Amino acid sequence: MPNVRIEFRNVSKRFPARSRDGEPVTAVLNVSVSILDGEVVSLIGPSGCGKSTLLNMGSGLYLPSEGEVLVDGRRVAGPNPQVAFMLQKDLLLPWRTILQNAEFGLEVRGVAAIERRERAHALLKKCRLSGFESHYPHQLSGGMRQRAALARTLAVDPLVLLMDEPFSALDAQTKMVLQQDLARTIAAERKTALLITHDLVESIALADRVLVMSQRPGKIIEEIRLDDLPDRDNPMLRRGRPRVQEYAARLVELLHVREKTEAESI
Amino acid sequence: MEQPVETGQSPRPDARAEPQSVAVIAATVATPDESGFTPGTIAASVAVLVVFLAAWELLPRAVGVPEFILPPPSKVWSEFLRVLANERLLWHAGITTLEIIAGFVLGCLLGVVIGFVLGLSPKAELVLSPYILALQIAPKVAFAPLFVMWLGYTVYPKILVAILIVFFPVMVNVLTAVRTVDPDMVSLARSFSATRLQIFRLIEYPASLPPLFAGLRIAATLAVIGVVVGELVGGNLGLGYLLTYGEGQGNTAMVFVTIIVLTLIGIVAYAAVALLERRVLHYIPKVQHVAV
Repeated sequence: MPNVRIEFRNVSKRFPARSRDGEPVTAVLNVSVSILDGEVVSLIGPSGCGKSTLLNMGSGLYLPSEGEVLVDGRRVAGPNPQVAFMLQKDLLLPWRTILQNAEFGLEVRGVAAIERRERAHALLKKCRLSGFESHYPHQLSGGMRQRAALARTLAVDPLVLLMDEPFSALDAQTKMVLQQDLARTIAAERKTALLITHDLVESIALADRVLVMSQRPGKIIEEIRLDDLPDRDNPMLRRGRPRVQEYAARLVELLHVREKTEAESI
Repeated sequence: MEQPVETGQSPRPDARAEPQSVAVIAATVATPDESGFTPGTIAASVAVLVVFLAAWELLPRAVGVPEFILPPPSKVWSEFLRVLANERLLWHAGITTLEIIAGFVLGCLLGVVIGFVLGLSPKAELVLSPYILALQIAPKVAFAPLFVMWLGYTVYPKILVAILIVFFPVMVNVLTAVRTVDPDMVSLARSFSATRLQIFRLIEYPASLPPLFAGLRIAATLAVIGVVVGELVGGNLGLGYLLTYGEGQGNTAMVFVTIIVLTLIGIVAYAAVALLERRVLHYIPKVQHVAV
């Protein structure tokens, strides 16, 4: 029986009002999610529904207003070494080489220089960036930069990866290559992951489960298990399966995409 | 499936990486010349100088402007040699240079420190901002007579004017830079459990270097102005003094000589900062640099 790696237990998050007479904004309302060890869960929902807030609470950057986040059964009270996150922006530091960027998390955590260099080298190799160690971020393409960001995230060897639309800034082809890379890496390292995305097919191609969130205040309105879809480590192959289209149609329905297009065309 | 699956035209795993690496190398090779200077533009620049000097030499004479109003370049050159030999030009230039360096270094240090302190503590900035704004608007050179009254005909009032005038652009640039650091970068560092000091050392400080250098460039030219105004106000040292001395003698050519030497010192100061900037900010793509 695999154990629960990360759990959001009845989590809500309210932000103080922007203006004086405004009301506090509830970004996330009473969300409960448990992710098992080695599981990949994708989270999909309309923009501004609090997906990113959920992720920030998972990584300990925000504390929930109500409820709690648990990693391996322990309450998250701030940033912790078990969880690492990756955003749409690669957030590579422009004044550091790719190698130094990959070392960043280890350096912050006080890992000795020789050891972190070794780990960063190994991960850059795994992320197919060998030969680019001494380049600066601006010399690399968007896809390569995002791979370097992945290497930096994996270098700290987190138990849980939290990803906030990591591929949405990339062009369609690069995106598919990176999805492939990520899926294989996660499977090989047996990482647990929560992937926020607004790409319907991506949410199906990469995950074991899809959670659908509602408009703000964000609540989980549906959970779709993808148990009958094999090849989670090979999204390229998975995309081609007819079941994927059926799941995507289901998501379209849940997200009210059709009503929105009709409303806009009137 | 071991083989990475590719899309489109490149089925081999390394086929995509290769053109990219070639492009990167090409870009690196191409950058040193991307300032845009070519032998043609340099020749044209020199030609502009030659035409200007020729016009300066010939036109006033042709129109009948007397030499004591506008001495021609040849007269300025002979005056330069005279001042060099008889008026201790290098001694005065040396003093001015040292004052500039002292004022620049101290003013910049002060600007950097206060810029970071205010940048990291928004409360302190809110409290002090009206006074900072007032001091920034006040014409700093107007303090020169005051400083001379306080500190006498020494080098110190000159250095003090330079410090005051250099301080603001540096402080404001550092302050804004610290404020505009990408909050996601700070979040990234925090997610790795970075301490406040680490966030400063690894993110905020390096992120504010490019604006800091922009401030230093402005400061380099302002330091020259500050020192010269200080020297004009009082004392018997430095190029500013030579300037008033030449004026008192009705020696227009000597005034020109002093202005040109001051300009040269300013150019060297600016170039030194620009050179340091290129060293420190080597990771910034060259295309972003402008020639002037």
